[in-house]
Amino acid sequence: MNFSLNRIKSQNQMTNIYIGSALLILSILDVFLNSFFRINISGSLPGNLSIFFPLILGFLGLSYLRTEYSGYKFLDSLNKNINTTNFNAFLTLFITFAILKAFPPALSWMVLDANISGDTKEACTGTGACWTYIKVWFKRFMYGMYPNELHWRINSAFLLVIGLGFVGYFFKENLKKYLALYYVVIYPIIAFLIIYYLISGGSFGLVWVETGAWGGLSLTFIVSFFCLIFCFPLGMILALGRRSNLPAVRYISVGYIEFWRGVPLITVLFMSSVMFPMFLPQDFFMDKLVRVIIAITLFEAAYCAEVIRGGLQALPRGQYDAAKSLGMGYWKMHIFVILPQALKLVIPGIANTFLALVKDTPLIFVVGLAEIAGMLALAKTNPKWLGFAMEGYIFAAIIFWIICYAMSKYSYNLEDKYKTER
Amino acid sequence: MNNKIKRFLPQLLTILFVVFVFGFFTINAQTNMDNRGIDFGFGFLSQEASFDMQFTLLDYDGQDSYLWAYVVALLNTLLVSFLGIIFCTILGVIIGIARLSQNFLIKNSAAWYVEFFRNIPLLLQIFFWYYAALRALPLPENAQPWFGVTYMTIKGYYIPSMIWENLNVFMSCLIAAIVAIVFIRIYAKKVQENEGKQLPVFYISLALITVLPLLSFLIGGVTLDFEMPVLKQLAQTSFIFEGGVALPPELIALVLALSLYTSTFVAECVRAGIQGISKGQKEAAASVGLTPNQILKLVVMPQALRIIIPPTTNQYLNLTKNSSLAAAIAYPDLVLVFAGTALMQTGKAIEIVGITMLTYLSISLAIAALMNWYNKRIEIKEK
Repeated sequence: MNFSLNRIKSQNQMTNIYIGSALLILSILDVFLNSFFRINISGSLPGNLSIFFPLILGFLGLSYLRTEYSGYKFLDSLNKNINTTNFNAFLTLFITFAILKAFPPALSWMVLDANISGDTKEACTGTGACWTYIKVWFKRFMYGMYPNELHWRINSAFLLVIGLGFVGYFFKENLKKYLALYYVVIYPIIAFLIIYYLISGGSFGLVWVETGAWGGLSLTFIVSFFCLIFCFPLGMILALGRRSNLPAVRYISVGYIEFWRGVPLITVLFMSSVMFPMFLPQDFFMDKLVRVIIAITLFEAAYCAEVIRGGLQALPRGQYDAAKSLGMGYWKMHIFVILPQALKLVIPGIANTFLALVKDTPLIFVVGLAEIAGMLALAKTNPKWLGFAMEGYIFAAIIFWIICYAMSKYSYNLEDKYKTER
Repeated sequence: MNNKIKRFLPQLLTILFVVFVFGFFTINAQTNMDNRGIDFGFGFLSQEASFDMQFTLLDYDGQDSYLWAYVVALLNTLLVSFLGIIFCTILGVIIGIARLSQNFLIKNSAAWYVEFFRNIPLLLQIFFWYYAALRALPLPENAQPWFGVTYMTIKGYYIPSMIWENLNVFMSCLIAAIVAIVFIRIYAKKVQENEGKQLPVFYISLALITVLPLLSFLIGGVTLDFEMPVLKQLAQTSFIFEGGVALPPELIALVLALSLYTSTFVAECVRAGIQGISKGQKEAAASVGLTPNQILKLVVMPQALRIIIPPTTNQYLNLTKNSSLAAAIAYPDLVLVFAGTALMQTGKAIEIVGITMLTYLSISLAIAALMNWYNKRIEIKEK
């Protein structure tokens, strides 16, 4: 193939470049006009040839352009990156044309033919997406059935919790040693109190809002936040237990970790909603949301424990020996020497666990909590708004994608940062 | 003495704590069940299930027992996992290799594919395929055939079914071929070790696996017929396909979402595995005179697989566990049928959730044990 294509090439390099770029531009122009303006310049060709015409043209063009070195910066980088072999050239053209073909329909569906004005289904007259649906339901997707006039409570609770999270950065040098204490013990308690008193209310003159009304994206955040801060200490204990040299402690930790890692989250949620109430004392009532948070925490703690164990194993033995030779006991050694170093190592891993946790939270929909997936299901079956499932899921997908992508990039950054420091 | 107490006391406390928690739960459960008049036991498994399932691999109807419903539902779960694993492996390997391509466009498209499908919760993906994408398919009467004989409609994917005669003869021929290939491989290895000669094992195997089953058609009396799906009019505007095999949209949505989602993780494993082989290995192999094919087969792949297989198995395990999301779109898998319908009907929360969890747990532990065995086997044995 290569041989025969080389034979049709001219000896003069400039001629090759002219012919090649002309063919390539013609092929791209054909696809471009075809998909954007519905003009088919190769329409006169018979049947299937018309479809493959730009592909053949572009392929010839790229093979004319392929040279060792031309002296033109653009052309050389083109050859080096997307035009090394015939196979590569073919894939390049295929991907380029696929993007060109797919772009106009996607654009017209999402933007050009879409509607966003109005407040009812009737406003959506175009053939494109109906963003009016998202606009009308936006508050429900974000806050669930939480009363509209009380949304400020959720917002301010989140702002307060996030703000308190950053307090650690402003600790003075002499307070730095309490940083871990703050984040592991004090911060979770304060955050819990804030969310409890602000969002559910019932005191300080705030109206009580039962957890059944919580929902939407804010519930996702609440659940994943609490599960994270509770599963971390539990995971730490389990990780230490798994590396303990006391057989009973070790076997119980291993059993716990392997059990929770072996079952799917959905069965854990079923357990929390139907089986767990059987295990509680008779008159003891526990809210469904609390049960779900406990269940996810127990589940996630097992994963957390494995991540932390990785950090503990990565520490050189010398650290343990050095701490022991200074006469430190088990707890002193771990609190002051081992854990501070190990936890620093596992921050990226914890970020990944948290990412998985956020992606898992939509599952609570299965036990009837109206998290964003639940609100979508509710909106989808509303008789006034039938037939907009696509818009709803695309909207939710975009939101989750942005959150998760940002988090995964952040955890990559952390990984790089801590890699170089050691 | 002091040391002994130090070792003994924490263990005792842990055990006491665990015993206390379990005891507390057991006593509560006992009183709760006594109050509600429920008794603990697995007798319900032999009772009549009296509910129907949309899609089954084995024969099942409402008169069968709960135990049979459990088996049928478990098979449905395994079917989804099996299909998902196959497709996610194919996709994942392609994408993983594409991410290492020299071609700027291919590399970036693969990277964006991974970033895109990895960062959207699986449940939303399943919902998207089931409620949005597959609902946009044509009705049976408007469906155009794919590949001439299969029909993709809003009610599912219709493919021709195979009707075998003397299937057991065919199967025994296939098994005989596989056994023969295994023996020939062992023999070829021995020949190579003793005499240094290489037998054309690949061609012999290929010939065996095609010729033996073919022979069963020619002289074994095996026949294979296809039953095509045919459009049938039920009423003025109601059409269905009859004949053939119907794959329900739930199954398609589930397999699509699971394999797209998991393929991104498999792709990352494959990429890491191939990147983990140092260039020196390939150069060293080339310098002792191996051909590029031999380098790939004898040097690169064995080492890359050692890195790729353990995390990939983990992903397969995740896929199997994630297949329980089927319950959200009413695909009759283990969770929906057993922990959903059966639990509602019998009210045996503890037994049923317990059995469901134990089932998944045993699948996980079995695969983990297999993995540990495999890891031990392929471990680099340093002297």
